[in-house]
Amino acid sequence: MSIDVNGITKRFPATGAGQAPFLALDDVSLSIPSGQLTALLGPSGGGKSTLLRIIAGLESPDAGTIEIEGNQATHLPPQKRNVGFVFQHYAAFKHMSVAKNVAFGLEIRKRPKAEVAARVAELLELVHLTQFAHRLPAQLSGGQRQRMALARALAVEPSVLLLDEPFGALDAKVRKELRDWLRRLHDEVHVTTVFVTHDQEEALEVADEIVVINDGRIEQIGTPDELYDKPANDFVMSFLGPVTRLDGRLIRPHDIELRPSADRLGAVPGVVTRVVRVGFEVRVTVETSTDPEVLVVLTRAQAREAAVGLGDGVWCAPVRGAQTVPVMSAVNGSAPAPELAGSQ
Amino acid sequence: MATATVVAGRPVRRRRAVRTGGLTRGSALGLGVALTWFSLLVLIPLSAVVVKAAGGGWQTFADTFANDQTMAALRLTVSTSVVITAVNMVMGTAIAWVLVRDHFWGKRVLDVIIDIPFALPTIVAGLVLLSLYGADGPLGVDVANTRKAVLLAIAFVTLPFVVRTVQPVLEELEHDVEEASASLGASRLTTFRRVILPTLVPAIFAGASLSFARGISEYGSLVLLSGNLPGKTEVTSVRVLSYLEGGNPASAAAVATIMLVVALLAIVTLDVVQRRVSRRG
Amino acid sequence: MVETPTAVRWLLRVVVVGYLFMLIAWPTSLVVQRTFEHGLEGLRVALSDPDVTHALWLTAQVSVIAVIINLVFGVGVSLLLVRSRFVGRRLLSALIDLPLAVSPVVVGLALVLVYNGRFGWFGPFLEQHGIQVVFAMPGMVMATCFVALPLVVREVVPVLEEIGDDQEQAARCLGANSMQTFWRITLPGIKWAVVYGVVLSLARSLGEFGAVKVVAGNVTGETQLATLVVQQKYQNFEQETAYSVSFILAAAAVLCIVIVSLLRPKENR
Repeated sequence: MSIDVNGITKRFPATGAGQAPFLALDDVSLSIPSGQLTALLGPSGGGKSTLLRIIAGLESPDAGTIEIEGNQATHLPPQKRNVGFVFQHYAAFKHMSVAKNVAFGLEIRKRPKAEVAARVAELLELVHLTQFAHRLPAQLSGGQRQRMALARALAVEPSVLLLDEPFGALDAKVRKELRDWLRRLHDEVHVTTVFVTHDQEEALEVADEIVVINDGRIEQIGTPDELYDKPANDFVMSFLGPVTRLDGRLIRPHDIELRPSADRLGAVPGVVTRVVRVGFEVRVTVETSTDPEVLVVLTRAQAREAAVGLGDGVWCAPVRGAQTVPVMSAVNGSAPAPELAGSQ
Repeated sequence: MATATVVAGRPVRRRRAVRTGGLTRGSALGLGVALTWFSLLVLIPLSAVVVKAAGGGWQTFADTFANDQTMAALRLTVSTSVVITAVNMVMGTAIAWVLVRDHFWGKRVLDVIIDIPFALPTIVAGLVLLSLYGADGPLGVDVANTRKAVLLAIAFVTLPFVVRTVQPVLEELEHDVEEASASLGASRLTTFRRVILPTLVPAIFAGASLSFARGISEYGSLVLLSGNLPGKTEVTSVRVLSYLEGGNPASAAAVATIMLVVALLAIVTLDVVQRRVSRRG
Repeated sequence: MVETPTAVRWLLRVVVVGYLFMLIAWPTSLVVQRTFEHGLEGLRVALSDPDVTHALWLTAQVSVIAVIINLVFGVGVSLLLVRSRFVGRRLLSALIDLPLAVSPVVVGLALVLVYNGRFGWFGPFLEQHGIQVVFAMPGMVMATCFVALPLVVREVVPVLEEIGDDQEQAARCLGANSMQTFWRITLPGIKWAVVYGVVLSLARSLGEFGAVKVVAGNVTGETQLATLVVQQKYQNFEQETAYSVSFILAAAAVLCIVIVSLLRPKENR
């Protein structure tokens, strides 16, 4: 295991008079395997950045330990942990050129000039910034600055690479490009990488394994497929993809069929209140006795077959094998397990 | 922490609260050294003033303020400072407005002129005013040894304060708010009165409190200009000096304590106002 | 942006320029005029007066020492105030501004009450160990330090807050220790703020009058600073010399302002 997190708890002092301290992380434990690209995914304020910074040594925990590559790191300052850290807003050394930025870690370690120059050239080549070597960060675009920051962090050959919402400050197109680029970089370089994001699409696309963190606690750990297809609770299910409520359970809108009669187990009667065609999808909103807005997503072919229109009565039935989760389940596995529809 | 730069027309920065950890060993040592120096230089001497004044109990204060000369000096100082502060609030805002909103040849020069009173030695300020408004001045007026001299001197030395606190706020004012006001039908004057001015008010008061504190502490510029005539053109700081030179440090300390209290109030006002401004901005 | 009506704009211009002209620009130019009334003669006479040269030299010494002390203190305190958390931080930050509002005579009185060799709190103790503060160099330096104390801090703190500590954190992750982080990352970032602070402190230190008058005792040729020489010469009817020394001090002050004003655009990169 590359990083072992054990029982980490972190409280931030109260911001105003009479307010309680904020519990950012509550007894969090996890193990991150070597060489893997892991995502810490969750809503803002959920604790994932705090956890990342504690691993880096930029914050200290109130309780718990951190082990990096088998060494106790809990009380080591960040400069001794040999972790590379990439910040959301780049943290570029504004007064140094791109090459000097990348060389910084090596110069601190007093490596010979020739070695430093060679390594800088190698890294700039890797991140495709060779022609910008002598420019200042202010002359680079956001995406380029972040690539420089990555090169800078990789220069000292860290055992672990940590990225804190690395693409959060970039616009959508650049974000997508850098996402792919990060995945390909990892495939080439194979450093244990942990990155924090609140964008579930990003996590699903890039990561080998995802850790979902909410309210200072881990909700679930698994591969992207595991998390999407077998969510442990309603939070994970709603966070990772579209959901709708049917009969007290959460289900994916594309996992509901519209039937003319109650010929399926778990079918619920309702009335169509809205039909919208968006590209190749048809989105049908159905009002049932328990849920005012059940969203059903069909392909055009399915919609034609079902032949439903505004005001029609239909029966909503979960597709055989669909994953559902009861609403308002408790956190951390003390809830009834999610069920597969049609398994009775 | 909120601070505003008061000189050279530099803008106040946006504040981001970035507090990292507590104290490391190194910074604790540094803090200790800094606090020791600060105490030896500022805190202990200032408390010595208060202690000296309080040493004689209420009697010292009573005696000192029963003294006609002292009361006259206090009245003169405070009234002049109040008048000039009011003038500064208007003129300072006007000057800041012209600096920020108007563009004409030679505006840069104005910037330098405004900072002259801040950087000039006060004794030289007195001489400067004397050369125009004194006996040999080209205007033919002679305010030396009159109350007008006191007004003039305090107006001179306190000029930059309101200007430099209002200027950055004006610079950072967003245009679209004024445009929205205009599109809703407000005249320029109404927009100024109801949209712009309220934003400036905290900065004006911050500058005014500094201006007032500076006004009542003024000494150097009045030495040559006002003649320090007892009961007529003598200001508080001159009284303190005469008490001290006259071998009565207790009374000197009593008057000084009053001035310190005002200074503290000014600083607190400044701090509170700037904190509120930064939270809004 | 909505424009001010032309009439109002011109009215404001006239009022503002007029006020500044009558209050500051004209009187200041008159001092320059008076100084050079007889060409360079006035300056020559002034500079050949040993009292004057001694005072100028003393002023330079005291100011430089005070500026250096305030530079070290200022940068150190700024770092502590912005990057660390400790009890009383807000109080300290407010107290640092105190010297801006305190009267110079009160400053002098305060220092005398503590450091006077006969009746001060620490004065007698220090004098027993051979250190004389009041009426001597240390006192003048302290008085000058007091009045210029906040200036470096007020320039550096906003800049430190604005640049944030991301770069410093990045440096630490890359292996830099505190000294390396300070020299290579922090200091270059606050370079211009430090320069402004130093120049402003210098102007303020050169110009101090009231506080040093009380603390230094104004002994001609020994503890008399340039500002005090101006007063003495004027009151002794050596007005030309008074104007000349004033010109020198004023020129130094204006030079400081101009430097700061010129440096400003460079910093807004």
